[in-house]
Amino acid sequence: MTKDKMSFEQAMERLEVIVRQLEKGEAQLSDSLALFEEGTALIAFCGKKLDEAEQKVILLKKGENGEPQELPFEGGE
Amino acid sequence: MGNAVLTVTELNGHIKDLLESDPMLTSVAVRGELSNYKIYPSGHHYFTLKDAESSIRCVMFKGNASKLRFTPENGMGVTAVGRVAVFPRDGAYQLYCSEILPEGMGDLHVAFEQLKEKLSKEGLFDGEYKKPLPKYPQTIAVITSSAGAAVRDILRILGRRWPMTKVLVLPVRVQGAEAPPEIAGAIRYANKYGVADLIITGRGGGSIEDLWAFNDERVARAIFESEIPVISAVGHEPDVTIADYVADMRAATPSNAAEIAVPDQSEMRETLSSREARILQAARKKLAVARSRLDDLGERRVLQNPTAYLDQKRLELDSVHNALISRYERLLNTKKQAYVRDAASLDALSPLKVLSRGYAIATDGEGRPISSSDDVNVGDALKLSLSRGALMCSVDEVLRENKAGRF
Repeated sequence: MTKDKMSFEQAMERLEVIVRQLEKGEAQLSDSLALFEEGTALIAFCGKKLDEAEQKVILLKKGENGEPQELPFEGGE
Repeated sequence: MGNAVLTVTELNGHIKDLLESDPMLTSVAVRGELSNYKIYPSGHHYFTLKDAESSIRCVMFKGNASKLRFTPENGMGVTAVGRVAVFPRDGAYQLYCSEILPEGMGDLHVAFEQLKEKLSKEGLFDGEYKKPLPKYPQTIAVITSSAGAAVRDILRILGRRWPMTKVLVLPVRVQGAEAPPEIAGAIRYANKYGVADLIITGRGGGSIEDLWAFNDERVARAIFESEIPVISAVGHEPDVTIADYVADMRAATPSNAAEIAVPDQSEMRETLSSREARILQAARKKLAVARSRLDDLGERRVLQNPTAYLDQKRLELDSVHNALISRYERLLNTKKQAYVRDAASLDALSPLKVLSRGYAIATDGEGRPISSSDDVNVGDALKLSLSRGALMCSVDEVLRENKAGRF
């Protein structure tokens, strides 16, 4: 899960770079088309991540050895 | 040094150092009665605070005075919170007030103001210590009561806005004497085990007593020392607690905290849409530019009418070819004429031609030509080759040529 979330942030950052580069219009035609493809793929990726996300709520308690212990959270006792 | 003689300046300087370094006097609350209250054109308030036996001159500067929630009047009983400052020039000391609280405001208010003053001086509220919040938090630790509206609001809004984030609830008591160590403890625990990259702590609305845990020094210090950024969300406006001052970000309410903590997915979808449109537009534009260049090139004659171009080139080729052929023919003629001339000359010099004029070639028995009569004797056999035919002869007489060329 950690990898996924980091990817979302990286994907958004990379997308911003691509948009700026394409709008500057300085790249070669072949590069522009490659950037366009990459950008489109990133947009699909981010959209998918948003669609698939499900909130996880966990109750954290101190375990017997002091370490954190995750338990299901029953919202609002 | 005890009996040294001091200057007045040295004496006053010493008194100043003494008084201003005393912790009790750097953040003190004093109860008394207001008198001689004067507001100067500058906006600063000057007054005297007195009780039955003593008085002290006080000043409250414009900035603090503007925050007064009541109008101070002579004769009012108040608690003034501030610090003692010494003027070496006059040998006088005064109370610089940061806050004046009417009597009956309660010890809690006074305590709040004192702690606020103290921690502010220590720098706990300074902007330079405030950490930036993560843009896309992976895990948020919510430190609050597991019951009540606050946690429900936070969870609901986090779930609606950004379900991608994992939420950990660390349940704590949020009022009563046990609350401050539990809250501070949870914050430290979260840090110790690095369970999250963002903390939200707070509680729903209530009276100053209800919110009191978030004015506790232990909570303030735990928030300050937290390496994980903390959003404080205590009560509702205009409640401001010490936790709010120390936190990396202050939210007006628990719901507001959830809004600050994570992006909104519907906004994110819009951003993605707009970026999609932008890259499409940019790519289209790029293609259009390329196409237009292609069209321009296509307009060029060489591509428009290639046959005309080739015909032109063909004409040029023919003309060169013709030029080449005629030059070659001229050369050939010249060579032919030269050849004919040379052939004629050669013919004239031919021995056969000479013979036709009546000359004969004389050769001896071995077929060697004879050019001198000295080489011949009477009776030798000679062959005479004529223009037509030949004669076999023998020498009857030899005539030798003398120097004059006569026989």
